[in-house]
Amino acid sequence: MTVSRRGLLAATAAAPVLMRVQDALAQGIAPRRGGTLTSILTPEPPVLQIGVNNQGPTLVAAGKIFQGLLTFSPTLEPIPVLAKSWTISPDGREYVFRLQEGVKFHDGTPMTADDVIFSITKFHFELAPRARAIFALIDKAEAPDPLTVRLTLKQPFQPFLLMFDTSACAIVPKHLFDGQDYRTAPAVQRPVGTGPFRFAEWQRGNFIRLERFADYWKPGQPYLDAIIYRIVPDSQSRRLALETGQVQLTQASDIEPFDVPAMRSRPNLEVSIKGWEYFSPLSWIELNHRVKPLDDVRVRQAISMAIDRNFITQRLWFGVGRPATNPVASTTRFHDASAKIAGYDVKAAAALLDAAGLKPNAQGVRFTLKHLTLPYGEVWTRLAEYLRQSLRQVGIAVELESTDAGSWARRVGAWEYDTTINFVYQFGDPTLGVERTYVSTNIQKVTFTNTGGYANPKVDELFATARNSADPKDRQAAFSAVQKILCEEVPQIWLMEMAFPTIHDKKVRNAITNGLGVHASFDDVFLTA
Amino acid sequence: MKDFWRRYRRNKGAVLGLVILLLVMLMAATAPLLFPGSPWDMAGAPFSPPGEMGMLLGTDSLGRDVAAGIAHGARISLLVGAVSTLAALLVGVTLGAIAGYLGGIADDVVMRFTEFFQTIPSFVLAILLVAIFTPSIGSVVFAIAVVSWPPVARVVRAEFLSLRGREFVQAAEVLGKSRLAIVVTDILPNALSPIVVLSSLMVASAILLESALSFLGLGDPNLMTWGFLIGSGRSVIRLAWWMSVFPGVAIFLTVLALNLVGEGLSDALNPRLARQRGAGA
Repeated sequence: MTVSRRGLLAATAAAPVLMRVQDALAQGIAPRRGGTLTSILTPEPPVLQIGVNNQGPTLVAAGKIFQGLLTFSPTLEPIPVLAKSWTISPDGREYVFRLQEGVKFHDGTPMTADDVIFSITKFHFELAPRARAIFALIDKAEAPDPLTVRLTLKQPFQPFLLMFDTSACAIVPKHLFDGQDYRTAPAVQRPVGTGPFRFAEWQRGNFIRLERFADYWKPGQPYLDAIIYRIVPDSQSRRLALETGQVQLTQASDIEPFDVPAMRSRPNLEVSIKGWEYFSPLSWIELNHRVKPLDDVRVRQAISMAIDRNFITQRLWFGVGRPATNPVASTTRFHDASAKIAGYDVKAAAALLDAAGLKPNAQGVRFTLKHLTLPYGEVWTRLAEYLRQSLRQVGIAVELESTDAGSWARRVGAWEYDTTINFVYQFGDPTLGVERTYVSTNIQKVTFTNTGGYANPKVDELFATARNSADPKDRQAAFSAVQKILCEEVPQIWLMEMAFPTIHDKKVRNAITNGLGVHASFDDVFLTA
Repeated sequence: MKDFWRRYRRNKGAVLGLVILLLVMLMAATAPLLFPGSPWDMAGAPFSPPGEMGMLLGTDSLGRDVAAGIAHGARISLLVGAVSTLAALLVGVTLGAIAGYLGGIADDVVMRFTEFFQTIPSFVLAILLVAIFTPSIGSVVFAIAVVSWPPVARVVRAEFLSLRGREFVQAAEVLGKSRLAIVVTDILPNALSPIVVLSSLMVASAILLESALSFLGLGDPNLMTWGFLIGSGRSVIRLAWWMSVFPGVAIFLTVLALNLVGEGLSDALNPRLARQRGAGA
């Protein structure tokens, strides 16, 4: 599978990205060179070096400076970036990547296989826990020639390619990091990558400016002269900046859900919730199974049935997102649409609680739970209030506890809660993003593990089967079976497949072209006149 | 007493304040009858404007009745105002009495301690205390009491300083009364009128402080308060003005009423001062 830059488009995997340019051409809008795109980052990232920091805002801005070997389409098919082609051996253990020619870092040095191997086996392996867990499977990493990387795995691992997007494994220049402490190397403060834009200026608390990189490996691209990310801490000011045209693009949590309908009605703006397929965050009520009576499956089913997910999606998130149907987001691979949790049914929920022997007292209260409100902003507080009223209808009294972000993470990590809200990225494959919440081997005193303490040997076994088999069919069978079990046992109360609104001026073209949306490199983004 | 009421009545504003305050109290007392059930219940469609769907003051973003929230919130606001003022009075009067009556080193120590609290911006301190002790009704009352006792201590100390040299106090001392008895039965009753006036204003500022804390999301998450209503409605004010305006009016009226009552009390308790003011005006 070889891709030349302009020709042979239709036959190659590069089609989804470059097709957009073709689409634009077909509509009579040729990409226009020039112009500055102004956007917003919330909150301000601590550094722009992927690996040293992998939080949302860092990934958005640094995704323009750095590139990975691949990126992913909305259906999570791999798309070539720095790797122009790749082959996987039939036993699923050997991956050979052919790199693009003529790729230069922003300091002028050419990118070679050495940089790629360094980024995979040293840089991200040491810095990022998520990368380490998976790159630990690499047995051998070799460079037969400067433009070829061969990785041999200890065992087949089918979701392996998903780890090569910029957000998971940005390619960094070996000569600027090797032999130094990666966190304190000077390059962390002035990041150097291969992306279409190079780091220019950062006034803390004010803005980050990225400039067009003239030696970018795609000729003629990028189209924009510069991208400016402004730091605007107040959500209403962000909304105003977008309305007045001071910024042309907002993403992630920049605009609060309740402001989205007003943005939808503005003729010059386009609102999209696409471009989060790779991350696919799923939110749920996190139950601590050590707290009675949450260990009783009937109680968990009752809680799940007492909640109207449509209300949450429509009234709290104003339609930005979809009601969850099972533990695997529907945009993630191996989602089984036939496995579904029971729908909203208050009577059935009350009957289940009666069956569990939890009779209401004189005030109509069966039992009392504490709920640790997720301290990520207003909409989460409203959600907690909604849950309290919904559960009260079936006789479960809920007491809310407020906390700050640091204490929330500490208390969830230490299992010091009855119930709370949690949401995690699923990274395109249940082995990468779903397994960790349900297998008993991952019951740890660490946030975003199986903190609830759910344990079921059958579930453990099915996730292990899916992790270790090389054949997607076997994996689908295991994942389908596990989704059915989880929907019966509802170890956590899934609420919503979250989406974040990307809102941009209609003059901004190609803002979302793949499954990573605004995290993409923007080398094909342009402003119409 | 009759005389007191006659003097109070002379201040028209104070009478109006008293009427408003009594109405607010009535609303607080009858809230469970007027709006049975919890003010958190989602009673109607979210974002209903006032007057629609039988909701007098509209509903909030979850469909909760704003009028029910205001009525039930009155209970919490008045309760927090009263309890935290009582707590602040207890601390302030005690320390002020010690400083004013004993004088000397005790006075120095107590006053430096008081000044220490007065130099810290009170709202910042209140936020800090609530954040440390996690938001609950207890920690909110505690924080408000901690930041509002210093003025009481200073007023009481000043009164005690001027009163303790008077003849009736000296007479009591000669009679061999214990110091505690002198403070409680002789001096304190004579220092009461500024304390009464001050405390009515403290209730008002306590209600404001509680609302400000709830507005910032530092109120008790299980109690409906006016500040919470404004705080939760603020972000959608361009969509639904009624969610924050009506609770704001409730706070405004109550605080205004308390201030008017305070002024009326001051006039009634210090007739000479009131006459001077009247003549001057």
